[in-house]
Amino acid sequence: MSPRGRAALGWWALILPAFLLLTAFYLAPILQVLAISVTEPRPGLGNYERLFTSESVQRVIVTTLRIGVVTTTIALLLGYVLAYRVAMAGPRAQRWWLLAVLVPLWISVLVRAFAWVTLLRRQGLVNEGLLAAGVIQEPLALVWNEFGIVVGMVHYMVPYAVLPMLSAMREIDPRVLAAARGLGASRGAAFLRVFLPLSLPGVIAAGVLVFIFSLGFYITPALLGGGKTLMVAEWIKLQILDLIRWGLGAMMATVLVVAILATLAVFSRLVNLRRLFGAGG
Amino acid sequence: MGGYRPGLLNGAVAWATVIYLILPITIILPVSLTDQRFLSLPQQEISGQHYLRLLTTPAWTNAILQSAWIATISTALAVVLGTLCAIGCWRLSRRSTDLVRALMLLPIIIPSIAYAIGLYRYFATLGLLDSFLGVVIAHGVTGMPYVVITVSTALAAFDTRLESAARGMGASLPQTLRWVILPRIAPGIVSGAIFAFIHSWDELVVVLFIASRRVFTLPRKIWDGINENLDPAMAAVAVLLVGMTVLLLLLDLMLRRRREE
Repeated sequence: MSPRGRAALGWWALILPAFLLLTAFYLAPILQVLAISVTEPRPGLGNYERLFTSESVQRVIVTTLRIGVVTTTIALLLGYVLAYRVAMAGPRAQRWWLLAVLVPLWISVLVRAFAWVTLLRRQGLVNEGLLAAGVIQEPLALVWNEFGIVVGMVHYMVPYAVLPMLSAMREIDPRVLAAARGLGASRGAAFLRVFLPLSLPGVIAAGVLVFIFSLGFYITPALLGGGKTLMVAEWIKLQILDLIRWGLGAMMATVLVVAILATLAVFSRLVNLRRLFGAGG
Repeated sequence: MGGYRPGLLNGAVAWATVIYLILPITIILPVSLTDQRFLSLPQQEISGQHYLRLLTTPAWTNAILQSAWIATISTALAVVLGTLCAIGCWRLSRRSTDLVRALMLLPIIIPSIAYAIGLYRYFATLGLLDSFLGVVIAHGVTGMPYVVITVSTALAAFDTRLESAARGMGASLPQTLRWVILPRIAPGIVSGAIFAFIHSWDELVVVLFIASRRVFTLPRKIWDGINENLDPAMAAVAVLLVGMTVLLLLLDLMLRRRREE
């Protein structure tokens, strides 16, 4: 073997342990889910037939898509405004704004759900405050319903929306804006016709990312939904741990994974996850 | 982007969004210091009783210790394998290694619920359910992407010719790694370690499925707490968690700044 070939072999040896661990303890269990979905309770596509025949399966999917779309829309709007503010700030201020985005990103999702429950429940701080101020007579139902889920999910997703949009905005050459202004565009026109279109790839990347994270989200919807509004992830848990319907749960998990991978494949040119996380701070 | 001061509306919405992001998390601090026995703001005085209870209740301290152990060992696993893999992919840099790197990102992309149910069945056949080793492996595998990402980013800024020069002068692969590559990307490795650690320390969904009695992590205890008894000790543990995360992030930020200089 040539020295070059031997050297390449050495570098491959560095990759191998991680690859083997991933194959044995990540890919194999995921493939097992796929296998279960077509073998239990009996071999065949019976579980997938439920997608078209079972009302409860369809309801869960519709609920998940609805909450996903609402969450993504709100997170994109808030995230865009925030990213724009960060991009326009001076270097010093930018660090502080960025910290305000990154700290929530890394704070435990459980801690955040707990904080929202503390604030939003019937005897929570928001209701107590509003009652004491005389704004409302009865406590509002702010949590353990779809409203609570969306509040908690948007809170989780805004940082994920900001980061790709910010990295797209940073690549926009400020001279383009100056040129637009110099040629007589108003501030509004310069933003709408120059800045916004140039930042669009970032918006799409953020949208895809937030949407796919929303689809499979478990902890926040489970804690803030109070078991009444079921999204896909909690429905899967219910089928498997409580009802022991492995085939059905595995079917839905497979559909979820395929839907996410398909979305990513469609948008793969715009969504660079590695860059997103690498640029995460 | 000088000269383009954001408008009033933009500033107001941006500030409102930041307050929405930060304020709910800060509210747990006063709640954790309440003198009451239930979740509330302090009425007469502030009190450390809930922290004391937290640190003297074996159920809580055991959960904290178990989580710390699992996070430490799974981070070590993720860092060693993830770093070597990122270096190999970077040096070979061809279609097949791009594919390997894409595969490494799967644990971030695929929802943990799908992984958790698969692992539950998989571990049942291997006899790894409810075992320390099982949770360490699961957290190690799912922590690797963070290491691969941060190390790859660090490597992107590193000149391949340095490595070729070292090899040209007769350094073996381990020597090149030890003396040329690793010192250069050390900050990236530390970042990856921090993120892998936070990941394991927080991970709940997989643990809900593959652990039950013998392995009982802190997130599991918090999950039970939110579902069963909402009390101020929960706020106290939340404050400790937030404090730790912020410290780790500041450490990461410091390292990044040093790397940039």
